[in-house]
Amino acid sequence: MPVTERKLKFAFYWGASCGGCEIAVLDIDEKILDVAAAADILFWPVAVDTKYSDVEAMEDGFIDVCFFNGAIRTSEQEELAHLLRRKSGCLVAFGSCAAMGGIPGLANLANRDKIFETAYLDNPSTSNPGRTLPSKESRVKEGTLTLPEFHDRVRALHQVTDVDYFLPGCPPPTNLILEAVNAVIKGELPPKGSVIAPEKSVCEECRFEKSEKMLTEIRRIYEVEKVEDRCLLEQGIICLGPATRGGCSARCLDAYMPCTGCGGPTPNSMDQGGKMISALASILGLEGEEALPDEEIERLLDGIVDPVGTFYKYGLAAALINRRLEG
Amino acid sequence: MSEYDPNIIAFLCNWCAYAGADLAGTSRLKYPSNVKSIRIMCSGRVDPVFILEALREGADGILVAGCHPGDCHYQSGNYKTNRKIRLLWRLLRELNMDPERVRFEHISASEGQKFADVVTDFVNELKVMGPNPLKGECQ
Repeated sequence: MPVTERKLKFAFYWGASCGGCEIAVLDIDEKILDVAAAADILFWPVAVDTKYSDVEAMEDGFIDVCFFNGAIRTSEQEELAHLLRRKSGCLVAFGSCAAMGGIPGLANLANRDKIFETAYLDNPSTSNPGRTLPSKESRVKEGTLTLPEFHDRVRALHQVTDVDYFLPGCPPPTNLILEAVNAVIKGELPPKGSVIAPEKSVCEECRFEKSEKMLTEIRRIYEVEKVEDRCLLEQGIICLGPATRGGCSARCLDAYMPCTGCGGPTPNSMDQGGKMISALASILGLEGEEALPDEEIERLLDGIVDPVGTFYKYGLAAALINRRLEG
Repeated sequence: MSEYDPNIIAFLCNWCAYAGADLAGTSRLKYPSNVKSIRIMCSGRVDPVFILEALREGADGILVAGCHPGDCHYQSGNYKTNRKIRLLWRLLRELNMDPERVRFEHISASEGQKFADVVTDFVNELKVMGPNPLKGECQ
């Protein structure tokens, strides 16, 4: 039976994520009742009590659409990614973490050993004299306890399994979620691999006026007494709007906060951070740059205190260079 | 693996550096054959994404060469390149990718010798540095 003539079979899973994506789905408010009327929620650990074994018992492709949010950090998440891929007709990387690693992806600046060291051994609020670390198996008198394996690196969903659509955003904007759900119900799906968001940058959706730019100073938001009603970049605040895909109606800008890039790279761009470096360096300059020594330029660049965190806040795991190299 | 021979991608601006490389050739100057030249209209066209992609694909070194300060055919392209590369260096340092794999030089149309010297020197430096740690990852 086509989806239009019966209830949609829907699943929603979370990997390495904060839970914000689940809240975003509930943010469609009373429309959630329409979804419940139109859809059978087969699997949604945060809201429905279904077991992994129930999913395993389903026929392959039984689920019409699965929204998978969160990145892949553990063996459990990886296993579920493969399982849900098999059981779902349409698998959507939902949210920035699934689509490109998200904030958990910034942990690729370290590795498992360093993360365990900070989390369990070497921090002021932890007392761990036995230096106990999580391990895959531990023996207790009742038997053997197991934990999923903690991988060395965070990966986006498409780096683990085949993904049909991407719905970036931290969390994805409600209108895009509805658009995606409607597209599935009506069977009007875009070509596989599409990002379900407009083909334009955040700047195009931003209400602030832009003029010729020449940045002579970079300021962090707390260093600005009052953000004015014009392009934030022109005020020296790093805003990832030029390098970020829109679809969010530039909501952060409406609240006088710069874009931090959760929409991912603009269409046809391979690397969001590289693009932003290009855009920022082009407008960063001082009067009379011909005569300026390189030290002055370096001083200007000192204003960018955290290049990876600034340019790849959500996209490090899926960037061209996707981690801090060993050695 | 056979002996490591650095693989260099060079982005050369049409008006200065590429003409300089041409002069090195017509003057029959000797320099190592490790460099693959790509002609672009202006060094300002070099998007940091090009460099990141070249590194990702396993290039050992990337040479970006443009006009001397004040000589840019488009007024300010080479200043933009300078800032882009400097910002990119900062990123690479954080990712523990040796920033010295990315080199920015000013080479004029009359500096064939300089082009040959830069390439020779870069090849020697890269031999000391060893291969790009990302080599082979993409295949």
